[in-house]
Amino acid sequence: MSLLDLLLAIPLAGFLLLLFLPRDDHRTIRTAALVVSLIVFAASLALPFHYETQTTDVVWIRQPEIHYHVGADGLSLWLILLSTLLTPIAILISWSYIQTRVKEFFAFLLLLEFGLIGVFMALDLFLFYVFWEVSLVPMYFLIGVWGHERRIYAAVKFFLYTMAGSVLMLAAMIYLYNRAGTFDYGSILASLASGALALTAAEQMLLFLAFFVAFAIKVPLFPLHTWLPDAHVEAPTAGSVMLASVMLKMGTYGLLRFCLPMFPQAARACAPWIVTLAIIGIIYGALVALVQPNMKKLVAYSSVSHLGFVVLGIFSFTQQGLDGAVYQMLNHGISTGALFILVGYLYERRHSLEIKDFGGVSTPAPWLATVFLITTLASIGLPTLNNFVGEYLVLQGAAQANFTWAVFAAIGVILSACYMLWMYQRTFYGETPEEVRAHVHDLSLREWAAIVPLVILMVWMGSYTRTFLPVVSAANTGILQHVDVNRRIQVKAPPPVNARPAAQEIVIGR
Amino acid sequence: MDANVPQGLIPSAAELIRFLPEIILTLAGVLIMVLEPLTPPRGKRTLGYLSFAALAAALGASIYAYSMPGPAFSGMLVVDGFSTFFRVLVTAVGLLTVLSSSHFLEREGAEPGEYYALLLFSVMGQCVMVGANELILLFIGLEISSIASYVMTGYLRDDKRANEAALKYFLLGSFATAFLLYGVALIYGATGTTSLIAIRAALASSARPDLLLVAVSAALMFVGFMFKISGAPFQIWAPDVYQGAPTPVAAFLSAGPKAAAFAIFLRVFSSAFGSIGDRWEPLVWFSALLSMTIGNFAALTQSNIKRMLAYSSIAHAGYVLVAMTARSEDGSAAAMFYLGAYALMNIGAFAAVAHFSRKGERYLEINDMAGLGFRQPVPAALFSICILSLIGVPLTAGFFGKFYIFKAALQSNLIWLTVLGLLNSAVGAYYYLRVLVVMYMHEPGEATTSLQPITAGLGAALWITAAGTLALGIFPSMVLEFAIKAAQ
Repeated sequence: MSLLDLLLAIPLAGFLLLLFLPRDDHRTIRTAALVVSLIVFAASLALPFHYETQTTDVVWIRQPEIHYHVGADGLSLWLILLSTLLTPIAILISWSYIQTRVKEFFAFLLLLEFGLIGVFMALDLFLFYVFWEVSLVPMYFLIGVWGHERRIYAAVKFFLYTMAGSVLMLAAMIYLYNRAGTFDYGSILASLASGALALTAAEQMLLFLAFFVAFAIKVPLFPLHTWLPDAHVEAPTAGSVMLASVMLKMGTYGLLRFCLPMFPQAARACAPWIVTLAIIGIIYGALVALVQPNMKKLVAYSSVSHLGFVVLGIFSFTQQGLDGAVYQMLNHGISTGALFILVGYLYERRHSLEIKDFGGVSTPAPWLATVFLITTLASIGLPTLNNFVGEYLVLQGAAQANFTWAVFAAIGVILSACYMLWMYQRTFYGETPEEVRAHVHDLSLREWAAIVPLVILMVWMGSYTRTFLPVVSAANTGILQHVDVNRRIQVKAPPPVNARPAAQEIVIGR
Repeated sequence: MDANVPQGLIPSAAELIRFLPEIILTLAGVLIMVLEPLTPPRGKRTLGYLSFAALAAALGASIYAYSMPGPAFSGMLVVDGFSTFFRVLVTAVGLLTVLSSSHFLEREGAEPGEYYALLLFSVMGQCVMVGANELILLFIGLEISSIASYVMTGYLRDDKRANEAALKYFLLGSFATAFLLYGVALIYGATGTTSLIAIRAALASSARPDLLLVAVSAALMFVGFMFKISGAPFQIWAPDVYQGAPTPVAAFLSAGPKAAAFAIFLRVFSSAFGSIGDRWEPLVWFSALLSMTIGNFAALTQSNIKRMLAYSSIAHAGYVLVAMTARSEDGSAAAMFYLGAYALMNIGAFAAVAHFSRKGERYLEINDMAGLGFRQPVPAALFSICILSLIGVPLTAGFFGKFYIFKAALQSNLIWLTVLGLLNSAVGAYYYLRVLVVMYMHEPGEATTSLQPITAGLGAALWITAAGTLALGIFPSMVLEFAIKAAQ
């Protein structure tokens, strides 16, 4: 049993454990959930040192052959850690906020962690799809049961958007299985690289699009983003945090893991279109964020803008672009997660998300204001804080590919400073209304505990990238090699059909 | 034409064992009819136990009979993997129906005796259907099953809706069986035989019979079968019948008779008419798409949960038809697996409805279930598992069944049907989600707060179906491999 299996097994066991705890003992339930998630996090801390050797591959279903095959590489490593870190934080911030149906809430959070970790580990297409959908169910309930007024609309929209996108991905996976005879990611990649599995240009394009639409909805890429503001605004804080920080990364992760290496020609052919949409998303998201009166909606639209950067980096097909994209995925997870947490803190105090209801918060709550400022600056991309590294790399990669792209994308960076600082100014400076003075107090110990790890990471990732970036780069080099290998193969004459290489030939991540 | 006809007149021991499930069910059914007037009113429950035991014995006998597979009664009946699979399925459906009926009958003040006897006869008819290797026997099995289920539909004779449902079901059903019988007559005219194997041989032989006659006969049988599986465009009866029938009977109709009808549909069209498959494939293709689309889109607007499940059962018949369109062994195996999965999840859903509806089936609106999720967490969670399976969320039987169906379809290059079918299943998600929304996201209403705890029988049915749904979703191999072997 590898470490990865443990990381999957513990949240699932925790989920089952919580189901059997007495319903009314909220304290025990919360503590149990926190302990389970902390155990998972502690276990996952060993992963960066051992991830290359941790893999499990056993047959799950014999006919058609489906494997329980999990593994990690530089691409998934930090995303797994992000999930394990944010789950205990999500539990902490829900500690007093969730007062109804407590047991189900925390149980669903652990089930969500199980699904998310699984998505990033799965190396079998079918297994990936299973985790992809399994993570949908707890999030649906988190939004729909514990959300705000329009929660039901938001939850159903979230579920249906994702479901409609992913059924076509399922069709594409089955098609690939029928052609390649396996669901194993490594084997499919190997047979594509060796030319044993030669897809025609049309096939490649359709398969690429089927995968791409599923991922683009999840990212979300303009114009498929409309579910996101609804889901974010209506979700409880913990739901928003998990959604923004981890769940959106499922989409960009999927693009990197599947779309690029498996269908490189189609990916390159579509790149100009996709990049155009990404840039529209960057600017549009930023402009809409600028005029939002609601803080959560503002952060949600800023996510659309930030994720546009990630997609831009991915489809620049350069080493820097990919590195920046992955780094930006992590950064967004940390800084936007932190923003949602802080907005949640404000909501718990003032019971409003409207910016106009605040003002001068820095007077009653100086520490809250300080942490918020650091997070805001990180989100804007101030040097020495994390987002700067990612944005810089993405812009450099984009400039290498096409200078115009970088120019337009840079507008988004400027706009992000506008909407974030403006919101900060209106919320924390100026006159302190009576309502704010009466209700807003500074951070409690529990609230500190939830936010400090993220602030530390903002500084760490912004000033000492060597901890994180080299493994990411190595994984991205592998992906880019695949893109090139397959391109070379495609020009050659069609090779013999039945020569399929052994599954072990390509081990991802090395 | 058959060398062992003379000896066949006196059945051998092996042949009797192959027919054992039907024998058990018939004897038990007759016994219950005889005992009914003799049991005091307070002892009527015994009849339920008796029928449960009989069905369990029949299930065991079906498995035992598979230890000596082969034909019986001059090749009229055959015990093979395929028939064993369906015999086990229909007897299991019978068991679950008994579990969910016992309390229901007491609640509605209905006489249990005839009900159980009819149920046993209906299951017996289905066993005959799925084992039939010859068109006359197949027709007899179908009639036994159908007539019993017509009566069961109208069993609550003071209920207007049930009366309407029974009459509608009976009239349209007889009409459909007439079509089938015409088809049988014509194929007999064309080939001079009613044995499926002989028909197949005749169609494949060089002296091919008149193709027009064969085509007309196949088309007539197609109509008959489509009616029985409630596939479009012969689905009109299903919503009214499912809504009007007592809830456990609706569960039974959607699982048992439907599975058996699909079994004979599969057997007749893939074995007897297999060689003209390219002729009937477009028909099934079209019906599959039509069933999925009509079922799903009509279900979208339903507010009555039984009617919603009825429309959705049309859609699910469409998915199984997709598997038939594939015309491959994988397709047949996928259809078999899906029918098993569907029986589990749908009986579970209907059991939950039976629990909730109360005396006289007062609470059948989806909105009545508001807040059930936190008022009665365990039944609601089990119900939710069935609903998630009907949507097709992974780790449930419904997902794996759909996955396997569309895999078989893609293997046969039915790309458009696959894409449209998958999109259809996304549409389906919407109306199933509404049940979850109401149960978990609305505040409890009057209907929910007055709900009593679930009774043992219904609880058992819900637990078994939900656990089975999960088990088949996580470990599908055990059933799937048998289905693949049986489909060969």
